[in-house]
Amino acid sequence: MATFPDLIPALPEIFLAVAAMALLLIGVFRGEGSLRLVSWLAVASLIGAGFLAVTGVGLTGRVVTFNGLFVTDPFAVFAKLLILTASGLSIILSINYLEKERVARFEYPVLAVLATLGMMGMVSANNLISLYIGLELQSLALYVLAAFKRDTVKSSEAGLKYFVLGALSSGLLLYGSSLIYGFTGSVSFERLAEVLTGTPSLGVIVGMVFVSAGLAFKISAVPFHMWTPDVYEGAPTSVTSFFAVAPKVAAMSLFIRVLVGPFGDLTAQWHQVIWFCAAASMIVGSLGAIQQKNIKRLMAYSSIGHIGYALVGLSAGSQEGVRGVLIYLAIYLAMNVGVFAIILSMRQNGRAVEEVADLAGLSKTHPLLAFAMAVFMWSLAGVPPAAGFWGKWAVFLPAIQSQLYGLAIIGVIASGISCYYYLRVIKVMYFDDVTEQLDRPALLTGAVATGAALFVFPVYIFFLAPITSGAAAAAASLFGAR
Amino acid sequence: MADVPILSLTTFLPLVGALFILLIRGEEQNVARNAKSVALWTSIITFVVSLFILTGFDPSNPGFQLVEEVQWLPAFNIAYIKGIDGVSVWFVLASTLLTPICVVASWDAVEKRVKEFMIALLVLETMLVGMFTALDFVLFYFFFEGVLLPMFLMIGIWGGPNRVYASYKFFIYTFVGSVLMLLAILAMYLTAGTMDMRVMVDYPFSSNMQIWLWLAFFIAFAVKTPIWPAHTWLPFAHVEAPTAGSVMLAGVMLKMGGYGLIRANIQMLPEASFYFQNLVFVMSIGAIIYTSLVALAQSDMKKMIAYSSVAHMGYVSMGIFTMNQQGLDGAMFQMLSHTFVSAALFLCIGVAYNRLHTREMAAYGGMAKNMPRYAVVFAIFMFASVGLPGTSGFVGEFLTMLGAFEANTWVGLFSATGLVLGAAYMLLLFRKLFFGKLDKPEVKAMQDLNWKEVSFFAPLVAIVIIMGVYPASFQNVYNPTLEKILADHQASLRSAGLIEAQPTQTAHVTQETASTAAQGQPVADKASEN
Repeated sequence: MATFPDLIPALPEIFLAVAAMALLLIGVFRGEGSLRLVSWLAVASLIGAGFLAVTGVGLTGRVVTFNGLFVTDPFAVFAKLLILTASGLSIILSINYLEKERVARFEYPVLAVLATLGMMGMVSANNLISLYIGLELQSLALYVLAAFKRDTVKSSEAGLKYFVLGALSSGLLLYGSSLIYGFTGSVSFERLAEVLTGTPSLGVIVGMVFVSAGLAFKISAVPFHMWTPDVYEGAPTSVTSFFAVAPKVAAMSLFIRVLVGPFGDLTAQWHQVIWFCAAASMIVGSLGAIQQKNIKRLMAYSSIGHIGYALVGLSAGSQEGVRGVLIYLAIYLAMNVGVFAIILSMRQNGRAVEEVADLAGLSKTHPLLAFAMAVFMWSLAGVPPAAGFWGKWAVFLPAIQSQLYGLAIIGVIASGISCYYYLRVIKVMYFDDVTEQLDRPALLTGAVATGAALFVFPVYIFFLAPITSGAAAAAASLFGAR
Repeated sequence: MADVPILSLTTFLPLVGALFILLIRGEEQNVARNAKSVALWTSIITFVVSLFILTGFDPSNPGFQLVEEVQWLPAFNIAYIKGIDGVSVWFVLASTLLTPICVVASWDAVEKRVKEFMIALLVLETMLVGMFTALDFVLFYFFFEGVLLPMFLMIGIWGGPNRVYASYKFFIYTFVGSVLMLLAILAMYLTAGTMDMRVMVDYPFSSNMQIWLWLAFFIAFAVKTPIWPAHTWLPFAHVEAPTAGSVMLAGVMLKMGGYGLIRANIQMLPEASFYFQNLVFVMSIGAIIYTSLVALAQSDMKKMIAYSSVAHMGYVSMGIFTMNQQGLDGAMFQMLSHTFVSAALFLCIGVAYNRLHTREMAAYGGMAKNMPRYAVVFAIFMFASVGLPGTSGFVGEFLTMLGAFEANTWVGLFSATGLVLGAAYMLLLFRKLFFGKLDKPEVKAMQDLNWKEVSFFAPLVAIVIIMGVYPASFQNVYNPTLEKILADHQASLRSAGLIEAQPTQTAHVTQETASTAAQGQPVADKASEN
């Protein structure tokens, strides 16, 4: 006789689900022109969910509910905060863009909220089944978003591409899960962690590799990165700005939870997989971006590279490594939101442009915007004193601690190469002459860009200590549960 | 006075000035004029403030002084620690002195985007002072890299025709060099458990680890110094950079490398420094002879001075790694001398360039007739660069060579050839510019130094001559520190069994010849072990 499950631990998710339905209703009843209202309400509900997640409604530490399907712990809370922040900012950024592109439909924020809900489910998954449900809820919403500008070929193509490849990766993941279930007889993370000790059977290893491949796909780690540049370029820019951060954070957190939790004792087996993904992502990310002229494609390769750096921390396999990845993700969030705020405000005579060359002479026409962009590029390149340096610091430290010298050296060489294309953006803005002036950025977008730039340098100096301690607590909760 | 955080004040005062300049709005001409005067006043006030560092500094104390310490990131054991010792104090003052000079030198020379230029200059000053006063390794790395952005923009925006290439080359060279240093810093942190440089100086790293750490640090500092063959970014950066950029680059930024070599390689990794001594000697000799010859072949005067900088820094790296009192003393002195002499020479070239807008020597000639003041000033710095007795250059080169002769006769011998070559190219430059017929009409029309130019050359002339006539005034400040560094160095070598145990300090020369004689043995042993 099943008892009714405890709903309190999942309150943020339940709140967000109800809010999404309510937003849908509001949108339907108000009809056209309700984008602004629905968007702000969506942001408000994300803030509400964030509030519920942080306070934990009186719960502390690790709590499991729904018969072990759902877990909430400091790790999940940290990841959820990042996801909610990223989603909220991305919705704020998209309002102006959607209105100017004449696709101002209220479904956009609703879908974004639903995707966010899926991500929250992912980071709280404690079972291969709930993992899959969260992942699919997220992915389905994102497929629709990618094709949101349904009248343009590029956007539809991006949506279709993302859908086909995403379905493939989901298939890989499911196949891996079924193998693991077949060889161990369980899908629960806790049970798996108990069973999988010592030398695992071949079936489990194959299953684990398939699961990793499916997740590597979602974080666009090499060699599963091929969809990223096309989808980034084709999707409407506001959607790209959403893609770039929140789903990455969610999938990365899920990846960490799966590898450290159920496969925690198989470090020797997964370590080489992650090592390769990290090294290959850093190299491909830095080399691939050199030739890019479209700034969205450039950011796609840049994000591939950054996922590589984050994986360096994960491949260390230690608590410090996980802490490093979380710090990295937090800083990555700030940098990417800022860059995309600037990309979203790149318009000439009311028309959106997305070539790097369109930024020419920005330092003369919009000095503050150019300076903000320079700060972001500086930070993405990982050069101190900008915040990006700390991300690299936080992941390379555990890597050296775990004696991954080869990976660390590949990492610093890749970051040296990546300087080239980050600097090129600065060069275009500062050294080149104006060809065609960009329009004045919308107030809101400009505010987000300025805020993010101020955070990346110098305000982060004061936030680094709390972020670090939060990430440390999150990592400790993950390792403590093993 | 003790309660005022004088080092932080000196570091961040220019940044405050930069923020003020950022807030200036209005018509372009007014903005430019106000930006210039704000920059000038800020940099002068910073210089005056930095003089209090000198008064508060006790030269007889070899440890770190005026230390400021604030907790920052306890999770990583990172703190905000600042302090100076005899090695760093002069570099701080050199940075604060050269900045106002650069502001005056670019008063008329920089015409476009004056506001941004002054901001970049002040930010650069903050980074430089911050780097020389940082005692936490992360803080050190922060400022060390922070120098790159203002300099990159300075070369790229206000530089010559090939500026983009030069700025990229400058950036990527130095960045790749220093990320390896970052890995070394991480490795040291994981071993020593702290980022405090004061602790690391005394921490005994294992011999094997020292080799790798040393290589990582050496690559970073060799690029910065620059030591041949990692110098190829420098001529491009110098040639394309505006005058103020070249002055800061040659005057202070190159010294970051020398400072780092003393602080990290010598002080923290003594055994590896001993092990790699001959490698550095070979590279330094290569720099001195090869780049002098290259300088001889230049027709672009800025390029010639740039190559001469590499040659002069070759004396510095050689002097540092002789690891005896004379060599180290000479290296410090040579660095200080080079700071002022090369800065002044670049300013001199800036004077000519502002009037004729070419750096080709062939375009000039006979300027001694119509520009006598300029000729005298140029001659003084030319002689200082050559190393004429009575100028600062002589003391530095003489002491480093003395140290080199003690360490290894061949090294001393080869380095001496650099003096001859140095005299050859500098005299060639001087002859082409100032002697000969004054037959080119545009050269005839050139005006002699105006009061602004005199005002920034005067202090430099004075310093160069004081340093040459009464070197002890500068040496007294850093000598106790160097003695301690040397004593610590030899103590750690002795405990590692690399040199024979012997009594300390009293009889310098005999001791050091003994230690030199003993050096051949363990190096050979080490080589055979590998």
